[in-house]
Amino acid sequence: MKKIEINPITRLEGHGKIAIFLDDSGNVDDAFFQTVEFRGYEKFLQGMPIEEVPRTVSTICGVCRGVHFTAAMKAVDQVFGVTPPPAGRKLRELFFNAHYVEDHTVVLYALGFPDFVVGPEASPAERNVVGLINAVGADVGREVLRKRGLAVKIFELLGGKPSHAVSAIPGGWSKKLSEEERKQVEAWSQELVELGELTLKIFDDVVLKNDKYMELVTGDTYKVEVGYMGSVDPQGLGTFYHGTQKVIDSDGKLIGTFEGKEYLDFIAERVKPWTYLKFPYQKKIGPWKGIVEGPGTNIFAVGPLARMNVIEGMSTPIAQKHFEKFHATFGAKPVHHILAYHWARAIEMLSAAEKCLELSRDPEITSNEIWTKPTSCTGEGVGIIEASRGTLIHHYLTDEKGIVTKANLIVSTTHNNGPINLAVKKAARHFIKNGDVSPSILNYVEMSFRPYDLCLACATHTVTGGQSPLEIEIFDKDGKLYKRLKNF
Amino acid sequence: MAEKIKTAFLLAGGCAGCEMSVVDLSEHLVDALDSLEIVFWAPTVLDAKYSDLEAMPDKSIDLAFVDGMIRNTENLHTVKVLRDKSKVLVAFGACASMGGIAAMGDLHTKQELFQEAYKDSFSTDNPDNVYPSPEYLLDGKYNLTLPAILDHCSTLDQVVDVDYFVGGCPPNYAFVGKLVNAIIAGDLPPAGSWLTNGKAVCDVCKRNPATTNQGRFLVDEVKRTCDDRPDPEICLLQQGFMCFGPVTQGDCGGSCLNVNIPCRGCGGPIPGIKDFGARCASMLASSMADDATTQKFMDKFNNMAKLFYRYSHTTSKLNHAIAGHKEDTP
Repeated sequence: MKKIEINPITRLEGHGKIAIFLDDSGNVDDAFFQTVEFRGYEKFLQGMPIEEVPRTVSTICGVCRGVHFTAAMKAVDQVFGVTPPPAGRKLRELFFNAHYVEDHTVVLYALGFPDFVVGPEASPAERNVVGLINAVGADVGREVLRKRGLAVKIFELLGGKPSHAVSAIPGGWSKKLSEEERKQVEAWSQELVELGELTLKIFDDVVLKNDKYMELVTGDTYKVEVGYMGSVDPQGLGTFYHGTQKVIDSDGKLIGTFEGKEYLDFIAERVKPWTYLKFPYQKKIGPWKGIVEGPGTNIFAVGPLARMNVIEGMSTPIAQKHFEKFHATFGAKPVHHILAYHWARAIEMLSAAEKCLELSRDPEITSNEIWTKPTSCTGEGVGIIEASRGTLIHHYLTDEKGIVTKANLIVSTTHNNGPINLAVKKAARHFIKNGDVSPSILNYVEMSFRPYDLCLACATHTVTGGQSPLEIEIFDKDGKLYKRLKNF
Repeated sequence: MAEKIKTAFLLAGGCAGCEMSVVDLSEHLVDALDSLEIVFWAPTVLDAKYSDLEAMPDKSIDLAFVDGMIRNTENLHTVKVLRDKSKVLVAFGACASMGGIAAMGDLHTKQELFQEAYKDSFSTDNPDNVYPSPEYLLDGKYNLTLPAILDHCSTLDQVVDVDYFVGGCPPNYAFVGKLVNAIIAGDLPPAGSWLTNGKAVCDVCKRNPATTNQGRFLVDEVKRTCDDRPDPEICLLQQGFMCFGPVTQGDCGGSCLNVNIPCRGCGGPIPGIKDFGARCASMLASSMADDATTQKFMDKFNNMAKLFYRYSHTTSKLNHAIAGHKEDTP
């Protein structure tokens, strides 16, 4: 049997590879997605003061730079039995939603869009953010990057650092927002909403209006039938910072809802000797059944598409309109077409921007009351959030002084390990025929994992001529043309 | 137009946060690309494979950045290849320069790390007691390989020659912008240097007692950030919050202190210091008023290795000896 390795798989954060085994006629016998690194946070967090954990675990990922920090700080509140006052919580939510905007933007533009704006079969030397800037024109590239940079500035203003923030304290937030700063954040947030609308317009022009792309998006090649999990608020709407976890099976049937430590009743993680990443599965559906899809599977996915499948709607008005269009396009719920992750991501980016604007206009956000002083230590805390890539769970035990004695982390991409393996197998079997493993064919295989982690790769054709003519109109909040950017 | 500088970025054992600082240059990144030609940026941004890097002629890359430390056999191999291909190699950020956060793994044995992750953690289901293995034959026919985790972490300069070091977890994008401009202008110090403004965090801190007429006192209180909130105008250390500003490079602009949180040393040691943690312990111990304060400190922060060497354990003179002898850390 012949073995082909794609190493490293690219345009993601972290390290992975894909191993593909071909039979004697050059067709795919099987394929595996392998995570090749390991760092051991669960162990070395032991012995650390729990309030120092958020800034420490943040370094698990520098792309999703706000998520481990946020999940851990929620766990730390519980360890000390404290709840932040309203302004403290709102500052955290503003910070977290700003992270959503900058992170989803990076995923879409730097890591995902190149596949279909530059083209899936383009030279690998061009199929990246630099090639994207060349393709859409420096003006568009500069404007998108500048606007995204404003989200980083909100993150930095509130978090202290532009990455791996430090402002979390038990029971609140260490940085007060002045009225002057609030006005600045409001102006920046307005631009973020524009960025969200611009991004959905690009998606609409490049993908939704392209029949070949839509055939692929709604077709069977990039389709994985598994269950889903995500956070909902009391009205059943989507929420990122805090909610109840809702779990459905691959038919869309409700398996149950949980909060906090109840996660242990729902999720277990299987270990395999051929990858450093564990395989979470839904215990409520039954014991480990293997990496299989379809009715009865207990493999499940998280992230933007999973959230679209479990929520009843978006919590912000403009994003809600796109949510409705999204589900009208696909019809049946749950949507199993993984390239739709990208569309879902763009809708969420807009929603997070709307949330930033809403919070920045909240008079309470400049309150001086941003911290509740801890007076005792309960010794246990579970922080669950919807990270940009999906449900993230941090669980800690401490001694009576709040020194960590045990840590358990279930990371978003870990939940997706099973679905990614299924997607890679399917794409490999579809695209590799008779031993043809040219780089562009292998890129099609890589596109099957990108939606889950960092990217959509939406691709049936190559944009010819090096540049795709693109014109973008940006309107101000009154609907007046603010700027027209074009590359031709 | 002058020839562009052929530039490479490689993520070793790290989180890609340092690379995101380059992305955070935002619209200035577009301008920088007039002078920099990105020839390799993996796995994060470019679709370049390790085989593409191996195929490049030696010394064909003008300037290469590595973020992350050396944690497994793949990191070790790829940084050696990149060294051969590059004229100038930069250890970019805290992990490559000092080991970084994840280097605290060396305070435990590899077996302890594995057992916690794959056996003892709450949600793990591992009835057959299996662990990830460098080579595994699945179903008797699929030979699957993984890089082996090395027995201990290394900084970049512990495995290859390094021309420059940059601190920060990650380096602030504003500082990265200055670096890029200096590189484009050809304005670099002698090889082997840290690229830094040369100032300590205290030198850029707006609460510095020397510039605010606060007076300097010995520290007679020890506080964790769960205990109390500090006065935003007064030196954190003098209020009892264990701040590492005096011994840390201040290329960040004192960012943590600006939001009322003590420095933990991610910027790297101020010039002239090799072992950050040892110097930090000595700085704090020598600023304490009396034995009672020292005792308070030991009661509140009972794992000093994970405090003083939060970002720099791999550069500790003691670390490999500790890793060899450590059975457990409470």
